[in-house]
Amino acid sequence: MSEPMPLFEVFVRSKRGLEHRHVGSLRAQDAEMAMQYAREIYTRRQEGVSLWVVRSGDIVASQEEDAAAFFDPADDKPYRQATYYDLPEGVKNL
Amino acid sequence: MSLLSAVVGLADDALVLGHRLSEWCGKAPFLEEDLAMANTALDLLGRARLLYGHAEKLGGSNEDEYAFLRDAPDFTNLLIYELPASDFATAYARQLLIDVFDELYFDALQGSQDDTLAGIAAKSYKEAVYHVRHSSAWLLRLGDGTDESHARMQQALEDVWGYHLELFENPSADVSLVANGALPDRAVLKAAWSERVRELVERATLTVPAGNWSVAGGRTGVHTEHLGFLLAEMQHLPRTYPGVNW
Repeated sequence: MSEPMPLFEVFVRSKRGLEHRHVGSLRAQDAEMAMQYAREIYTRRQEGVSLWVVRSGDIVASQEEDAAAFFDPADDKPYRQATYYDLPEGVKNL
Repeated sequence: MSLLSAVVGLADDALVLGHRLSEWCGKAPFLEEDLAMANTALDLLGRARLLYGHAEKLGGSNEDEYAFLRDAPDFTNLLIYELPASDFATAYARQLLIDVFDELYFDALQGSQDDTLAGIAAKSYKEAVYHVRHSSAWLLRLGDGTDESHARMQQALEDVWGYHLELFENPSADVSLVANGALPDRAVLKAAWSERVRELVERATLTVPAGNWSVAGGRTGVHTEHLGFLLAEMQHLPRTYPGVNW
């Protein structure tokens, strides 16, 4: 095993949770084994009822150097936040 | 009395194999597999504890006495469970043969007239279904892998093959228990087992061993020379410091 095995990211949906959450990563020969190891490592204590594994290399991630261009413009647009608006008389939820 | 000895036999099978798997802790080829083997070992240890607990209720000793204070001739596990497996292929060749058996056996044992046994079987069956998935994945991977992994997995199957027949023998003490529905008939599981194993072995591009030899004796306490060494390690602490807590 000279080359390291592919890295996989593991997502678990807990009993009460609606969405899968990222819980960690592991190495495995392929997706089938990754699923088995995800079960061994991340769900042995009743943490979940559903598992996703995905090759880490298949995730398209935003880049650190793009952060300013990507996220900062939202800073000066407070009107996109619900809290920007005064709650009109008589409205309980917005 | 015979239900008690049958339950202890099943418990010994689980304890001894659990210990064999635990020997891989820290030695498996990579971290994820290390955890997988230790988890399976813990499943088996858990099964052994449930069965020893049931044995105690049936009038037997307690679990610590069963595990730590008996010598090899008092253990009634089948021989396939106690075989050493210092080669990864041997560990999984043996594991596959047993896991496929366990899936069939505990499925059938869920229908036991003994409610406690039926309950333990229900839990064990679910575990066995998963264990088969994992051991058959390794059979496939090593069999259909490199020339070396193929050769070693084939050799491993040849090495353990003669021990599988004992899985399908009903000890004479169990005959009435099989008749009254407390235990499944091991002999009738053989056809389904052989078919499933043949299919998996051939899918892994391996050859089912010819099978012209067999070794048996575990249920009557006649063991291989390996069990004594296993017990020496497993029992060392409680025998050296009787009554100690750790």
